Amino acid sequence: MKIRIKFTKTGNMRFIGHLDILRYFQKLLRRAEVDVKYSEGFSPHPVMSFAQPLGLGDTSEGEYLDLEVCSSESSAVMLRRLNEKSCPEIQMLRYVKIADETRRSNAMSNVAAADYRILFRQEALDEQAMRSMLAQEMLVVKRKTKTKEVETDIRPMILSWEIQEEGLFVRLATGSAANCKPDTLIEAYDRFRGTASLPFACHFHRLEMYACKDGQFVPLYRLGEELL
Amino acid sequence: MSTHKLALTEEILLSVEKPARYIGGEINCVYKKKEEVQVRFAMCFPDVYEIGMSHLGIQILYDMFNSRDDVWCERVYSPWPDLDAILRREQIPLFALESQDPIRAFDFLGITIQYEMCYTNILQILDLAQIPLLSKQRGEDDPIVIGGGPCAYNPEPLAPFFDLFYIGEGETQYAPMIELYKKNRAQGGSRRDFLRACATLSGIYVPSLYMTTYHDDGTIAAFSPMEEGIPARIRKEIVPDVSKTCYPEKPLVPFMQVTQDRVVLEIQRGCIRGCRFCQAGQIYRPVRERSLDFLKEKAIRMLDSTGCGEISLSSLSSSDYSQLKELVYFLIEETKKRHVNISLPSLRIDAFSLDVMNKIQDVKKSSLTFAPEAGTQRMRDVINKGLTEEDILRGAGQAFRGGWNKVKLYFMLGLPGETNEDVTGIAELAERIAGEYYEIPKEERNGKCQITSSTSFFVPKPFTPFQWAPMNTAEEFLRKAYLVKDTMRAQKNQKSLRYHYHEADVTILEGVLARGDRRIAPVILRAYQKGCLFDSWNEYFDHQKWLEAFAQEGISPDFYTTRERSLDEILPWDFIDCGVTKRFLKQEYERAMAGIVTPNCRVRCSGCGAAVFGGGVCFENTN
Repeated sequence: MKIRIKFTKTGNMRFIGHLDILRYFQKLLRRAEVDVKYSEGFSPHPVMSFAQPLGLGDTSEGEYLDLEVCSSESSAVMLRRLNEKSCPEIQMLRYVKIADETRRSNAMSNVAAADYRILFRQEALDEQAMRSMLAQEMLVVKRKTKTKEVETDIRPMILSWEIQEEGLFVRLATGSAANCKPDTLIEAYDRFRGTASLPFACHFHRLEMYACKDGQFVPLYRLGEELL
Repeated sequence: MSTHKLALTEEILLSVEKPARYIGGEINCVYKKKEEVQVRFAMCFPDVYEIGMSHLGIQILYDMFNSRDDVWCERVYSPWPDLDAILRREQIPLFALESQDPIRAFDFLGITIQYEMCYTNILQILDLAQIPLLSKQRGEDDPIVIGGGPCAYNPEPLAPFFDLFYIGEGETQYAPMIELYKKNRAQGGSRRDFLRACATLSGIYVPSLYMTTYHDDGTIAAFSPMEEGIPARIRKEIVPDVSKTCYPEKPLVPFMQVTQDRVVLEIQRGCIRGCRFCQAGQIYRPVRERSLDFLKEKAIRMLDSTGCGEISLSSLSSSDYSQLKELVYFLIEETKKRHVNISLPSLRIDAFSLDVMNKIQDVKKSSLTFAPEAGTQRMRDVINKGLTEEDILRGAGQAFRGGWNKVKLYFMLGLPGETNEDVTGIAELAERIAGEYYEIPKEERNGKCQITSSTSFFVPKPFTPFQWAPMNTAEEFLRKAYLVKDTMRAQKNQKSLRYHYHEADVTILEGVLARGDRRIAPVILRAYQKGCLFDSWNEYFDHQKWLEAFAQEGISPDFYTTRERSLDEILPWDFIDCGVTKRFLKQEYERAMAGIVTPNCRVRCSGCGAAVFGGGVCFENTN
C-alpha cells in the first residue's frame, strides 16, 4: 500500500539538511511502529521518496514524502502516532493512501508547482520594482549548469504572485519539466533593481506543493484518500 | 509550532559547516525549567559534536543527572574551527545545547577526558566559555570544573586547569557531591570550602590541595597533600553491581549523522585478559557483567525509544561475556522484527562468531578483524596477548571457507624489547593468512583475498606493566614501519596485502601527555595559545607549534618518552589507587621481559589487587 505524508519543517529544523531528514524519517517510522515495507536486497531500507528538497535555512508547511507500507491504521491514528514520536518542528499534516497506479509516479515526479511566502528581512520589499519586473513579458536570468551558463526566461514559470502584508506570495513552476527556485526570482529582482544581493536578505517559506491534474493545480495530498 | 531559542543567529548558523551541531533539541533531549532546578550541570566532551555524541559515558551520566528533579544536566561540545573563530570575534560565550545559556552561568562544567590529544580542546572550551583557564584564577561565580574519564588516571599534566578530578566510574559519587554543593551554598560557604569538602569524598582529587617536589635529575621527590585531613591516596570509584545501576533507556538521537549512529549496550565493564599494554584492561578491573535480564530489557527499550537502525554491544572483550550466546540469539530475533542491524565488535573469531555473523549479515560479507597486536609469538607472550598464530590461521581459514575474503589485522610497533624479527613478523603473519586463503581450491574461492594490516605506535600508559618502559623515538618508529612495508613488498602474495601506519609525531606527543607531570601543564597552555587545537585531527595537528612550546617552557619531551624509569621512581600518578597494585604491575613487567604469560582472571587469580572492591570476577566462584 502506498502512503503519502504531508509534513512541516519549521523552526530550528531549518538547519537540518535533506539527507539528515531522510535518516530522521527512517528512525521516526520505527519509533512510531509504522509497518513499513522494506526493499529487497543486500541492505533493506524503507521504500521512501521525498518531493523537491528544501534549501538549508528554509522552512515549510508543505513537505511531502511517499512511502510503502504493508498495513496501516486509519489516517487519524497514524497521524497521532507519528506526531507523538516526532519533534514539534516536524509534524505530519496529512496521511493519505495513494493509488497503486501512481507506483511509477512518486511524490518527486508528481510535483508541478509550489507556493512560497518570501519574507524580506533586511530591507523591505520594493513593491514598485517587483511590480514592474513582473509586468514584463520575459524575465531572462543566467543560470549556471555544470559546464556552462545558460539563459532562461523564468517569467512563464512564475505562475501567480501577490504582494501580501507579510511578504511576497508566489506560485512557481517546480519539478522536472520546468523549475524555478525562489532564490532565482530574488536574484532577478536584485539585478532588476541594480542592487547587490545581500546574504540572508530573504527567508523562504514553502506553503504547498501541487501536481497538475487535468490542467488544474491540485495539492499533492488530494491525489490520495484518507484512511478511515 | 514551538521551537527552542538559539544562542546563535541564523546568519551565523548558515555560515558554518553543519549547523545541526549547535542547535540541540534532539529526540530524547531533556528540557527543564531553570527556575525549578537547584543545580545546573554542563557535561562536555571536548571534541566535535559527531564524536562527542557517540560516547556512551555521557549518555549514562546525562540520564543519571536528569533523573533527579533538582539537577538539569545539559551538553556542550567543541565548536569546530569555523564557529570557534566567530565566537572569538563576536565575543559570544560558549553555550549549552539545551538551554543555549552560557556555560559560565552553570554550577558545574564536567569534562570527560577520553584521550590525550584533546587537551588543547579542554582549554578551548574554558576559553570560549569565558571561564579563567587556571583553577586558581576562578572566582565564586565561575562553574566548578571537573575532569573525569580514563585520562583522569594521570591528571597531573592538566592539574592547574581543573578544580577537581573524579577518578573512576561516574555513577557513584555525583549524588553526594551535589548534596555537598547544595549544603555549602545554603551555608554561604565559598568555592574553596566546597572543594575542600569534596576532597574528602572517595574518588575525588582536588589538585590545588597537593604539591609535588622534584629531585635535581627531574624525577619526583615527593607528592603530598598540603593540609591536614586531605587524603594522601585517592581510590578510584566503581559500581560494584552493574545490573543494579542507572542505564539510559532513552538515549539521545541526533538529527545529523554522528560517528556511532546506533544504540549501545554495555554488556560488562573491565576485562579478564590482562594484556600488558592496555590501560583499560587494568583501570576498569575487576570485570563485572550485567545480567542477561537487565540487558534484554534495556536493549528493547532503547530500540523502541530511539528508532535506531543498529544496536552495538560494547565491552573490552565481548567473547568473554559468559551469557553471550543467549544474548546474541535473543537480539537476532528482536532486531529481525524491527529491521535493525547488530554490530558485534571485539568478538573473537571462532565457530560461534562466524555462525552469528552468517545469521546477521546474510549475503553481504564484511571483513573480519583480528588484533594480534604483535607479529611473533615471542612478542605476543611479552604483551600477554593470548591469541596464537594457530588461532588466527584457524579462524581465518574457517572464515575463508565460509565465503569471507577480507581480513583486517591490527598491530603495534615499538613494543618493549622489540627486535627486527618481531617487526618483520607482522608482514610474515599477513603473508601466511593470505597463504591460507590460496590453499582453498580455486573454484571454491571468492576471488582474490585482501589482507589489510595496520600498525599504530606503542605508547606506554600509566597503570600498565609497561608504565616504566621507554618509548621509541619518531625515527625508530618510522624505520620499523618502513621495514614492515619493505617486507610486505618482498613477499609472494604481496598483491593481496595492504599496509597502513600512523603518524609518528603525534604519537610522541601522546606519550609525553600520557606519562607527564605538572610541569607539562604550561606547555599545553602555551601550545594552545599558539593556536594548537583539534590535535587528534590530522589536518589540524601542528607539530612545529608544539615543539616551540616545549622549547620555550624548557621541557624536554625525551624525559617523558624515551627515558627508562627505574622501578622505585615515584611516578606522577602513584597517588591514585586503581585497585591493581604497583607490586603486581612490577611483577608483570618482569614476567613480560622474561616472556612469561599470565593466565586470565577466570583461569587463575593472579592477585592483582582489584579484589579490594569486593565484587565482579574476583568473587565469581566463591558463593
